[in-house]
Amino acid sequence: MSEDTAAVAAQQQGRPPVVRQSGISGLLGSAAGRNTGLVVALILLCIGGVVTAGDRFADVDNLLTILRLAAVIGVVSVGMTFVITGGGIDLSVGAIVALSSVWATTLATQGIANNSHWIVIVFTALVVGGVCGLVNGALIAYGRVVAFIATLASLAAARGLAEIISNRKTQIVNVPGFAAFFDASVLGVPVLVVIFAVVAAAGWVLLNRTTFGRRTFAVGGNPEAARLAGIDVRRHTVWLYTLLGLCCGLAAVMLIARTTTGSATHGGLYELDAIAAVVIGGTLLSGGRGTIAGTVFGVLIFTTLSNVFTLNNLSISAQAVAKGAIIVVAVLLQQRLARRSGA
Amino acid sequence: MAMTAPAAALLSVRGVVKRFPGVTALQGVDFEVRAGEVHCLLGQNGAGKSTLIKVLSGAHRPDEGEIRWRGEVVSFGNPTAAMRSGVAAIYQELDLVAGLSVADNVFLGHELSTAGFSRRAEARRRTRALLDRLGHPDISPDRDVGRLSVAHQQVVSMARALSLDGQLLIMDEPSAVLDPDEVRVLFGIIRELTAQGVAVIYISHRLAEIREIGDRVTVLKDGRTVATGLPARETKTSELIGLMTGRVLDNVFPHRKPVDPAAPEVLVVRGLADGDRFAGVDLTVHAGEVVGLAGLVGSGRSEILETVYGARKAAEGTVEVDGRKLRRGSVGAAVRAGMGLCPEERKSQGLLLDQAVYRNITVSSMSAFARFGFLDDRAERARSTKLTEALDVRPAGVDRVVRGLSGGNQQKVVLARWLLRECRVLLLDEPTRGVDVGARSEIYELIRELADSGVAVVVVSSDVEEVLGLADRVLVVREGRVVHDGPADEIDESRVLDLVMEGHAA
Ligand SMILES: Nc1ncnc2c1ncn2[C@@H]1O[C@H](COP(=O)(O)OP(=O)(O)OP(=O)(O)O)[C@@H](O)[C@H]1O
Ligand SMILES: [Mg+2]
Repeated sequence: MSEDTAAVAAQQQGRPPVVRQSGISGLLGSAAGRNTGLVVALILLCIGGVVTAGDRFADVDNLLTILRLAAVIGVVSVGMTFVITGGGIDLSVGAIVALSSVWATTLATQGIANNSHWIVIVFTALVVGGVCGLVNGALIAYGRVVAFIATLASLAAARGLAEIISNRKTQIVNVPGFAAFFDASVLGVPVLVVIFAVVAAAGWVLLNRTTFGRRTFAVGGNPEAARLAGIDVRRHTVWLYTLLGLCCGLAAVMLIARTTTGSATHGGLYELDAIAAVVIGGTLLSGGRGTIAGTVFGVLIFTTLSNVFTLNNLSISAQAVAKGAIIVVAVLLQQRLARRSGA
Repeated sequence: MAMTAPAAALLSVRGVVKRFPGVTALQGVDFEVRAGEVHCLLGQNGAGKSTLIKVLSGAHRPDEGEIRWRGEVVSFGNPTAAMRSGVAAIYQELDLVAGLSVADNVFLGHELSTAGFSRRAEARRRTRALLDRLGHPDISPDRDVGRLSVAHQQVVSMARALSLDGQLLIMDEPSAVLDPDEVRVLFGIIRELTAQGVAVIYISHRLAEIREIGDRVTVLKDGRTVATGLPARETKTSELIGLMTGRVLDNVFPHRKPVDPAAPEVLVVRGLADGDRFAGVDLTVHAGEVVGLAGLVGSGRSEILETVYGARKAAEGTVEVDGRKLRRGSVGAAVRAGMGLCPEERKSQGLLLDQAVYRNITVSSMSAFARFGFLDDRAERARSTKLTEALDVRPAGVDRVVRGLSGGNQQKVVLARWLLRECRVLLLDEPTRGVDVGARSEIYELIRELADSGVAVVVVSSDVEEVLGLADRVLVVREGRVVHDGPADEIDESRVLDLVMEGHAA
């Protein structure tokens, strides 16, 4: 990739184009270079998949499965990108997904949905998710609780509440209209994947083209400077967590559609998967720098990795080790980058 | 200074080149420093002064060129190596570790230890002695450095540099955050050191200081040496400015128009107090008026501005803009009323270091560039480009990341943000800190233009000359009280200094 295209790509990414650097290290260091790294990683994984699992991997159905799996965690990760770019963290996303799924399916199984439209399920999940996010945000911004602690508390509370509501039972949904809508395909692409694509695109526009996104970078990069520049940092923080809560609600709907169930065990370890995807995508954990495209690649890399491992009958534990290794490499790369720009 | 024996070159620099991605910061620097002299470096913002001292102290590696230290070619791999050889530096952007104590910071990298155990009591004792020598018995060696004011942090980095007992002490704009009497103490120490044969490299944008303390001057322009070894006292100011900027500058301060006595009162502050640092502050600013606040660092000037802006909560008193009272402790209310504050500390309070220049400039005026929340990047860049050209930000280019700019250029970016926003009331805290002479006059010009268009401006500055030259009216703040309020042309520099210092061990 020539340096010019690198700069253009960096701009499309919405990051401030990094001052141009020369040589291989420069390419790796530039914004585009890091996405190139992600693309290369993804391609290598696919090659690995083809070599080890042959047609079982390179099959349209298998690829759509990967995308369908990626879609749910992908929606959460897009929301997480905003929170992390804004200098925060949210450990409660998995629990919020579980609570939203349980709440929405309780309505459906209790027959209320029989008399009303299935959209009520969607609406309920979104409201539950949004309110959870709002509570997180308010605790952090106005209650001045450290984000890590506040969302750790929400994690425990939301999952507990989900268990109480569902009585620890898996609730099966049997609403014909709901299933029909979400199992459909648009031009061969499953609706779940379409939703993910739309969320990612909307997230990209929001982060890179609007005042909301610009404020997110400012609040995450230097909250004191943002405050003195006239940005209402606390209100913005509440919005960021609410946005992530809404994403969790949407993810819950998608999960209900994929599994036809609502359960207090849904969304287990989503917080780790989402944070990992965001970080290997190139968003800075300390805030102020973030990229939606990177996050999407991060999600695809992890999901493809799981798929290749599963096709080869490798254990979940082996997957975990591989995931861990990828995260470490990504973080090391980030640190090198931070040091270079901080010199 | 002690120059009886023909002084040998302690340090000699030949053809040093340093490249950063996209910019060549140094493109051939030559100069020599003798033992026992104070060698001053002069140059515009971005000329390469800070980069040069980072190269000399091992923080950057030069790409080309030769550095001789006591006659031998050296290449310091890192600052610790330089420290061991006797080169100590105080950087422009302070390099202390917040979270560690003052004493830990002073001895960081050269900890006192016996058989691996650190001698903390000894470190504390020596730190105490160094701080006393710097005229600051008020700083405790056990304080967390992160909680000190910038001025005190500067004192700690000086203590750190002195703790090394080096043969060469490099200081990058040490006086930018210091008071006149602190600068005097610093000069006393420099004189002591040079009498013992220590050499000092001193960087400052204040020519008066260079005349007072300097022996010889080297001028840098665009990363090159344009003159070296000039006598600090005899060389004419016009010659120095000509060498630095390549042009002639006859009038630093713009012409003052008399303020229309019938102009409306835009900002009215009554009986403001924060219950701690200041009390009973009254301040009225008319449309078109520039009011200067003079006072020592720590006298409460910055706190007054921040409280007026709502960034700190007032305990008593009122702030009115155009006759409407503002809610206490709300930046949002102040901003909506048309107030802007250019804060004192550009790094921690002003800049988004990892963002592009134009984004830093437009962050306070985003709504002017947005339609339904969508930003018009092109318009943002165009407006920012105009401002950066007017302020002469170098290197040009609004897509650059702010972190890579020199200190003075970063300051111009913060200032540009508030010049862009159309404010009714503009509060400027040390607007020209670290800005070179040429750009400073551009900034004064812009501030004056704003005032002439009806904006009420308040300027806080440690530079008395700046307050007197720029403001229509001057307020002197001492220990949290306004002790003088009157027209700028009815008071002179020495009177202001007297008022500022009264009750101080001057
Ligand atoms: N880490 C860096 N990355 C990229 N460019 C840099 C970096 N540090 C300095 N520069 C560039 O090198 C040039 C010289 O900067 P330097 O800080 O040495 O200037 P200076 O003479 O100290 O200016 P000032 O008076 O404003 O402090 C500038 O163009 C600056 O943008
Ligand atoms: Mg400098």
